[in-house]
Amino acid sequence: MTSPSCPTYPVSLTVNGQPRQLQVESWVSLLDLLREQLSLTGTKKGCDHGQCGACTVLVDGRRVNACLTLALMNQGREIVTVEGLAQSEELHPLQRAFIACDAFQCGYCTPGQLCSAVGLIKEGQASSAAEVRELMSGNICRCGAYPQIVQAVTQVMQLPQRHDNPDRPHVPGTVPA
Amino acid sequence: MNPFSWQACDSVDAATGALNEHTKAVAGGTNLLDLMKAGVMRPPALAHVAGLPLAAIEDDGAGGLRLGATAHNADTAYHLLVRERYPLLTAAILAGASPQIRNMATNGGNLLQRTRCHYFYDTAVACNKRSPGSGCAAIGGLTRYHAILGASEHCIATHPSDMCVALAALDAVVHVRSVRGARAIAFQDFHRLPGDHPEQDSTLAADELITHIALPDASRFVNNSVYLKFRDRASYAFALVSAAAALDVGADGIVRDARVALGGVAHKPWRMRAAELALIGETATLPNFEKVADLLLAGAVPQRDNAFKLSMARRAVVRALEQALNGTIDNTDAGEQHE
Repeated sequence: MTSPSCPTYPVSLTVNGQPRQLQVESWVSLLDLLREQLSLTGTKKGCDHGQCGACTVLVDGRRVNACLTLALMNQGREIVTVEGLAQSEELHPLQRAFIACDAFQCGYCTPGQLCSAVGLIKEGQASSAAEVRELMSGNICRCGAYPQIVQAVTQVMQLPQRHDNPDRPHVPGTVPA
Repeated sequence: MNPFSWQACDSVDAATGALNEHTKAVAGGTNLLDLMKAGVMRPPALAHVAGLPLAAIEDDGAGGLRLGATAHNADTAYHLLVRERYPLLTAAILAGASPQIRNMATNGGNLLQRTRCHYFYDTAVACNKRSPGSGCAAIGGLTRYHAILGASEHCIATHPSDMCVALAALDAVVHVRSVRGARAIAFQDFHRLPGDHPEQDSTLAADELITHIALPDASRFVNNSVYLKFRDRASYAFALVSAAAALDVGADGIVRDARVALGGVAHKPWRMRAAELALIGETATLPNFEKVADLLLAGAVPQRDNAFKLSMARRAVVRALEQALNGTIDNTDAGEQHE
């Protein structure tokens, strides 16, 4: 909603492959732009403070919290939301794995978990289930589907799911065992 | 969020020309936007500096690195030169925040993140950092997360950064620019203790922009560096106490150089050269590690709820030094596969 007294600024970005030109107030977050102006409500508003990960989307292929970035900070960027993961009728392999592993209960965190997992795989830093758990830690699941989520992600990554790499040195309290 | 005007800066000169008491720089925005949503900070204008050509991570030609201010925390942590030369920094960055936030947050912004003191965030209560002269609701309040070192009667907040604890241990230098010129600030002089002015987190002036962080050669520590972090949950939480430890130990077991810094205990990363010097020339043994911890924690004053930090910090120092003696841990295990 644009009120006449508030200045707006132009922003161009690509969302799920579609170029968009919009006028936004300075304080509009990417999350609110997606949900309120583009009606892409797959991306969820949870805490709105970067603590829960429900709003995770991909910006130029990297996962970010859409609530902690302004629409104007994303000038020229390519945004992919959960709505953009499937190729027409063909679900993304992670979406299929989440279904196969029953990696959700209430499902509210799922769009963020899926986008985060896509980003995690692209980053290429996880080589064990423990690393997947650690690198998914920005996504909070209140109903507790964590084991199935890790199972789904490791399945797609074709990683061993349990007790792998037991000799890996780690700092207690820094990386979950 | 309060209304504010917006300016995207396309050059360092444009950015330094824009910065002042009212116009704040924003790059990743992960802390500033959070604080603006909470009404804790209400800048009338933001200058977006993320697009400036300050994202490079470069060899300085002398065994050190220059870390660009707008390079993302994640890119810094995983950068091959950083991992090779400063595994302590990689470990510390990866111990902080979440992957999403590390993808957005920048190096310069990490230095400028503000305390996570709950009373600072709660605009309904007094806070000398948020509203100078209003008092401190934390003192006498719930103080589990608060300082045990260097605090004042005006503020007992802690600095939340993990990255900065490693940067302090590594003798980083912060390079800044303004329309008045460029200057370099030694890391120990960058963050302030609260004293009478807890509203000033750092010695950066309102019109100054961080351009890069310089790290001197630290190859002697590469094989014996550890960042140890204790927190209330296994991941994605601020430190109750953290410790950065780096050792240079000869084949004879004598310590040639040592670095120790504590996080979560003070208004800034807590480092004391005298504590490190007490170890240099001595054997790398438990009693000597305990001596370092005792020197570092001399003068610690706990609050009602955080007396546990005294023993936690002491044990963190000792354990980090013991682990560093045994090798380096950089908190990644994908190295073999991806290098």
